[in-house]
Amino acid sequence: MKKISKIKLLLVFFSVIIGFVYALPNFISNLSNSDAPNFLPGKTINLGLDLKGGSYLLLKADMDVVFIEKLQNLMSDLRVSFRKNKIAYNNLKIFDNRIVFKKRNLDTDKVIRDLILKTNKNLLITKENNLFQIEFSKTEKDKIVKSTMAQAIEIVRRRIDETGTNEPSIQQQGVDRIIVQLPGLEDPGRIKKLLGKTAKLTFQLAHPSIVSEEVQAGDNPPPGYALLMDDKISDRFYMINKKVMVSGEMLQDASTSFDRNNSPSVSFQLSPLGGKKFGRVTGKNIGREFAIVLDGKVVSAPTIQSQIFSNGQITGNFTLEETNDLALVLRSGALPVPMTILEERSVGPGLGSDSISSGKMASIIGIVAVMIFMFISYGSFGIFANIALFCNIIFIIALLSLLQATLTLPGIAGVVLTMGMAVDANVLIFERIKEEFKLGRKVFDAIESGFERAISTIIDANLTTLFAAIALFSFGSGPIKGFSVTLMIGIITSMFTAIIITKYLVLFYVKKKDIKKIFY
Amino acid sequence: MKYLRLIPSDTNFNFLKFKKIAFVFSSLIILGSLFSLLFNSLNYGIDFKGGILLELRSNNVALFNIDDLRNKVSSLNAGETSIQKFGKETDFLVRIQKQDGDEKQQIKVIENLKKLTKDNYSIRRSEFVGPVVGEELKMAGLMAVSLAMLSIMLYIWFRFEWQFSIAAIIALTHDVFSTIGLFSILQLEFNLATIAAILTTAGYSINDTVVIFDRVRENLRRYKSKDHYFIYNKSINETLSRTVMTSVTTLIALFIIFFFGGTVLSDFSLAMIWGVFIGTFSSIFVAVSLLTFFKIHKGEKIMDETIVPEYERD
Repeated sequence: MKKISKIKLLLVFFSVIIGFVYALPNFISNLSNSDAPNFLPGKTINLGLDLKGGSYLLLKADMDVVFIEKLQNLMSDLRVSFRKNKIAYNNLKIFDNRIVFKKRNLDTDKVIRDLILKTNKNLLITKENNLFQIEFSKTEKDKIVKSTMAQAIEIVRRRIDETGTNEPSIQQQGVDRIIVQLPGLEDPGRIKKLLGKTAKLTFQLAHPSIVSEEVQAGDNPPPGYALLMDDKISDRFYMINKKVMVSGEMLQDASTSFDRNNSPSVSFQLSPLGGKKFGRVTGKNIGREFAIVLDGKVVSAPTIQSQIFSNGQITGNFTLEETNDLALVLRSGALPVPMTILEERSVGPGLGSDSISSGKMASIIGIVAVMIFMFISYGSFGIFANIALFCNIIFIIALLSLLQATLTLPGIAGVVLTMGMAVDANVLIFERIKEEFKLGRKVFDAIESGFERAISTIIDANLTTLFAAIALFSFGSGPIKGFSVTLMIGIITSMFTAIIITKYLVLFYVKKKDIKKIFY
Repeated sequence: MKYLRLIPSDTNFNFLKFKKIAFVFSSLIILGSLFSLLFNSLNYGIDFKGGILLELRSNNVALFNIDDLRNKVSSLNAGETSIQKFGKETDFLVRIQKQDGDEKQQIKVIENLKKLTKDNYSIRRSEFVGPVVGEELKMAGLMAVSLAMLSIMLYIWFRFEWQFSIAAIIALTHDVFSTIGLFSILQLEFNLATIAAILTTAGYSINDTVVIFDRVRENLRRYKSKDHYFIYNKSINETLSRTVMTSVTTLIALFIIFFFGGTVLSDFSLAMIWGVFIGTFSSIFVAVSLLTFFKIHKGEKIMDETIVPEYERD
């Protein structure tokens, strides 16, 4: 190949131009968007939370709670069904995520099985001696998890949106986890509080004769009643009817307001259906106490003064902040499953911008140092390698912007490291050219065969590094993923720039100047 | 203009002569790492151990210094804690062990600590990793390192003979293990970034090994009449100038991250600096030396490439 292919040259030239165009928005980012010329692509590099500051939360949905709740419903259905069909049983209970019971009489298994399956088709029934075990089938469990998670993500999103956080990102991870990323939010305290409540609201009647003031911690509730704790005062208890009058799903709106004593409270509005139901029950029970129950604790227990329909007010010993949060969680709906925070990382804006500036500084000094070193080692060939290195940086920036990959602090380290390693390809080529030249080839031939022979080594060497990068990517946790992405991009772009761009520059130079000796 | 030459152009060192000394040296490093791992274990960061970490900057070092912080933190009664200066005089790193009980307990401590320090310090970073996640990250890290080594081994097996693959993987394990050992001996914090550093080291080391192996393969075919010992030495010598050049450029980049990249990246770059040294050493003295234990066929003799380049053959 004594001639340089014009088409290939043009292609290389264009790819460099395109690289520049895509990288450019990152350098004019201090212009506001409207000032930027609109022929430019608008995407800049997506900075990770460790650089721009913000919070990261990993939540886990406690699915066992949901399963147990579903099993409990199923168990009471079964009880009714067994009673109706006169089936005798022992020890009906929930144990280890399944319902177990012993059959007592000689009822045929088939009858029992049919009755169970009548309540829910998707059950797995096993029987050993007389012990029945019922659990949800695998597909049913998956279905429950899937729909619960979808709902939970929706509620989490609504709650976060209501706080006015900028560009939150909420995604599911794995089966039962949610990743919440909140750029710019330094202290996720409030969000954590908001997500820590499931916010299941119910209105339930209190016991007609057991006065709340007299209820004690260890009291045994009469059938149909439950002993509930006060939300604020830990030694205060109530005897509450298990039957729910109205529940949170019937809530249409909630907002902070002030009660007659001018202390903060939450006003709510029920849906028409809920209002009707509430009106019917309150109408019948004037003078009786009822409880506003939130997540199993009594928020307040007022006496019904008159019939209440759609509009009401929840009063208690609230601060303004608490009523704001309570109204918010009520508006956005109850979480279908309780959430636990498994991991939390937040970076303040100070540290973020410090990291950016030290990262920038390290990159620039690193690149300049490597470039100087290349120049004093290889002279004009070093300059070509440096031009290729510069193009490589442009390509990395362009690809990061284009793919919207996240640049993290370890990612910047990855870029700097790629710089060091990118020149490896050129070093391999140049050293090989030197050897070939020493063997007595002419300059042009030495260059040709130097490139040709070095390439297989370069590919082998880079592919193995790429494998390490892919392994890192699959490991994929936050900052590390960012590092592996920049490393992968760097390896790929460096192969292009170090081999192709350098080759054209070198060939041009040698042809033009009619060089007879190299590197000496 | 005279160009910088780190290595004279026609070296002819007998590297393999130092085979035994190199093996003794490697064994010492490996044994040292092993002992340190057994007795010192690793200084796991909260990524793997679970727990709480806060980076604080004092508004006024004269008033709010490390002693003040120590008092505040100990008032939390949160078990084992550590406070250290972090980079600047004003910056502190507070670590609190994983709390008994569930995640709610952990969150409570972190919130209390924030409340205590909010007025006099700015919170630059706060991290909490629950015990479940810590265990998972540990497993994932182990998986990532094993996966990377396995895929590298398969690739080399595929591209070279199996003997090369075994030599390469032993050299690689040597590097990875001694890097982990370094973290244990110096008791540097072992966290997610360390895993990244180890894997990059592995990538670099294998890169170096592959370049030399590539030359060994080429020379095996070229010098049919010479013995393996000669060929291995010649291959190392021929690639020596490249090996040194690349190590130097990579080290330049790494030292600059170490000095200018901020405190967060300093351990990260330290691990990789060590990795470049040990990786270069092991490519020459471990990987190639190991090849001498195998009987490797010289393969088909290629056309005399040294005289007629491919493009001039037709």
